[in-house]
Amino acid sequence: MLKSLRGRIIVILAVVGISAYHIATRGLKLGLDLQGGMHLVLEIEDPDGSMTDDLKADALDRGLKILRTRIDAFGVEEPLIQKSGGDRIIVELAGLDDEARAKEIINRQAFLEWKLVLPTTDVDQALARVDRAIVAALGEDSVRALGAEAEVAEPDEPSIEDLLFRESPDDTAAPVEGDELDPGAATGGEELPSGDEAEDGVAGDADAEAEEAILRPFTRLLNRGSTDDRQQTVSYLVDYSRVEDADIFMSLPEFGRALPRDVSLQWGMDSLSMGGRFYRELWVLEDDAFLTGDQLEDATATRDPQFNQPQVLFELNRRGGREFQRVTGSHVDERIAILLDGEVVSAPVVREEIRGRGSIDLAGAQMAEANDLALVLRAGALPAPLSIMEERTVGPSLGQDSIDQGRIAGIVGLAFVIVIMALYYRMAGVLAIVALSIYLLLVLGGLATLNATLTLPGIAGLILSIGMAVDANVLIFERVREELAAKRAPRTAVEEGFGNALSAIVDANITTLITGMILFQFGTGPVRGFAVTLCIGIVASFFSALYVTRTLFLIYLSGKRGADPVSV
Amino acid sequence: MWLFHDSKYGFIELRRIAYVCSGVVLALGVGGMAINLLRTGKMLNEGVDFTGGVLVQVRFAEATSDSELRAALGGVDAPPITRFGGENEFVVRAPIDEDVDIDEVAAGIGAQVGAAFGDDSFEIVRREAVGPKIGEELRGQAAMAVLFSFALTLLYIAIRFELRFGVAAIIATAHDILITIGLLALFQVEIALPTVAALLTILGYSLNDTIVVFDRIRENLNARGGRREDPYRLVNRSINETLPRTVLTSGTTLAVLLSLLVLGGAVLRPFTMVLILGVLIGTYSSIFIASPALLEIQRRYGIADPRAKERKRAERRAAAV
Repeated sequence: MLKSLRGRIIVILAVVGISAYHIATRGLKLGLDLQGGMHLVLEIEDPDGSMTDDLKADALDRGLKILRTRIDAFGVEEPLIQKSGGDRIIVELAGLDDEARAKEIINRQAFLEWKLVLPTTDVDQALARVDRAIVAALGEDSVRALGAEAEVAEPDEPSIEDLLFRESPDDTAAPVEGDELDPGAATGGEELPSGDEAEDGVAGDADAEAEEAILRPFTRLLNRGSTDDRQQTVSYLVDYSRVEDADIFMSLPEFGRALPRDVSLQWGMDSLSMGGRFYRELWVLEDDAFLTGDQLEDATATRDPQFNQPQVLFELNRRGGREFQRVTGSHVDERIAILLDGEVVSAPVVREEIRGRGSIDLAGAQMAEANDLALVLRAGALPAPLSIMEERTVGPSLGQDSIDQGRIAGIVGLAFVIVIMALYYRMAGVLAIVALSIYLLLVLGGLATLNATLTLPGIAGLILSIGMAVDANVLIFERVREELAAKRAPRTAVEEGFGNALSAIVDANITTLITGMILFQFGTGPVRGFAVTLCIGIVASFFSALYVTRTLFLIYLSGKRGADPVSV
Repeated sequence: MWLFHDSKYGFIELRRIAYVCSGVVLALGVGGMAINLLRTGKMLNEGVDFTGGVLVQVRFAEATSDSELRAALGGVDAPPITRFGGENEFVVRAPIDEDVDIDEVAAGIGAQVGAAFGDDSFEIVRREAVGPKIGEELRGQAAMAVLFSFALTLLYIAIRFELRFGVAAIIATAHDILITIGLLALFQVEIALPTVAALLTILGYSLNDTIVVFDRIRENLNARGGRREDPYRLVNRSINETLPRTVLTSGTTLAVLLSLLVLGGAVLRPFTMVLILGVLIGTYSSIFIASPALLEIQRRYGIADPRAKERKRAERRAAAV
């Protein structure tokens, strides 16, 4: 009897010691909802459903690795980056200062391309075909309607897009294409507008306007843009309010078919401001990139010495460098476009043959943007674009409030339990409280061991399992009382009480455990956190009620003689 | 102190009243769903977790009225705004369509508030953006979780007890979940992710409670003479015998939940309310729904009650004559 009691005490002390050790060494990780942070669910974009599962799995693995590199370089402590399902990645970052920046770093595909810039004369003929194709594809009425809508929707009040728009008007005074650009080309007024009356025609003749809309739906949106050093025009400017219309036209399959095969039109990343209006530049490019970002060796952010503007210096590997040298050598005085995720970041004029080094100019940008760009370029491009499916961000202040309130509520709740148990069951109640404290330690130790995080729903799950742990004790004590009422000897009553309560405790806990495990299986995020604490809690409550409480009772009874009453 | 010890309440006698009560509350819930369906096109007030959309929680430095915020977000066209906790905190929800960048919408709301109140006068303390696809999946997951846990629980109880115990327990649990969902519909409580967790907790709690009563019924049934005792009396006795435990456990759990409700803060409040409701309904149903359901199953498809069988035979004979 005494020997087995010593064994029991050793087991309990060992379990308590292990739990305490894990809590002390690993600490309890608080969920993002408690300490603040960002939770992102990203999905591999596959708009036309053309990717096979294998392709997706591969893209997911590579994407995961690249994200990890980027986030590590960004410097977030203990990020959680994991796969979810066949095409998703979950990223959890705690304690962020700048969520927007972190998101930009995670979400940017960072697919870098270098393309040759072509003169607009290469597409002028084709654009007449494009106009006719657009009218044929959409029908005269909808083309006219689009044109009319654009006239009405002159922005006099900032819309969401305008507010989101990165460039503020005063930034754009700086030469947008950086030092390589002939300043007269884009910002000078002499090229603008290209004899196209659409922009001035707001108050003009409505009939002529409508006629124009169906004759030249696309080309009327275009103004002449930048030139290269051979005085060839190489881009168009589109008024910012018309960019959406142009996008609608450009997304038509007929549009692509009407263009020459190896030519594409691609937007510049930033807007330009001229004469109080905003424009986006539409570049005429060779469709195939002659160089892509996977030939990149290194990328660093600096400021260019001349204008003190942020820029990213890149260094190509040997193969990429040779290719770069070959292309730049044969295209001196022309422009070369550097595209990031399908948009032209900069298109400098080639002055001379360039070897393996170059710069991407980011005039008007913050230095932080240049740093971030260099970071994502170094880490490499994501194999496929990722779209944000779910985002939950909790600011640190809200998190702190939740912790404070949760702590107080928890302490008060536990105080209730202690008072009720001690008043109702006296000595047995006190034993139960000791057992429950050990139970709490076990749950927290279990969470620490499994590296699980404690979330708000997790705390709720914890409270529920405390309820179940209390219930197990109550079931036992009620049974003991029943046995005592049936005039059993105290020792027998305790034995019988534990025995009789066993089946109820086992069945009740197992059914709840079933629910908890199913929740874990099907749940995501918060539900999962709840399920984990619930399951750990049930296992701990099992041990606490059936082993710890019992041991405590044995200790309590060992100091008594057979006939002494027990306080229950 | 031993509350409710040796009580002899006639719970089973009251079962018809309980059926009426449950029926009325269920009907109210269905009515609430119907009204919601007519008014909003959805039976429940689904949050962005289900519909997909954007939720932005703003905390202003000073007390701000919701009409000011509404004006800043576009007046009549403003997305729904609700006060959250104190005087200066609001939750703005905006539903979004397929193919819209959730990120842009969320950033846009912040920018609009900033433009109207100044960037330093407020702080975005929480931002949630959920794509519509995620909501769809969540709905599927929740339904699957409930169905699976029903199936596995039924299997477990059928093995450990008897099949009819399992069926009765599932009836009682389904009753609890339906009543809770009905009440959520009636009071138009928003259904978010934690609400689903709360509903599933109710499922667990209700089962736990039912099983403790059933355990006593099983024990009494297997005791000497148990099978010969009138099942109505046996079940009623079992409920009374477990009553002290039922009251104490429910009371303790409620005490913890009440402290969470009062002190736990606004984030946890909806979750806690659903749990409190669930504990009350779960306790009620294990006494007034699960046990009577067990008796009804036995009466109709009776196996263990020879007298009932005899009575049925007599009835059939009488009908034949």
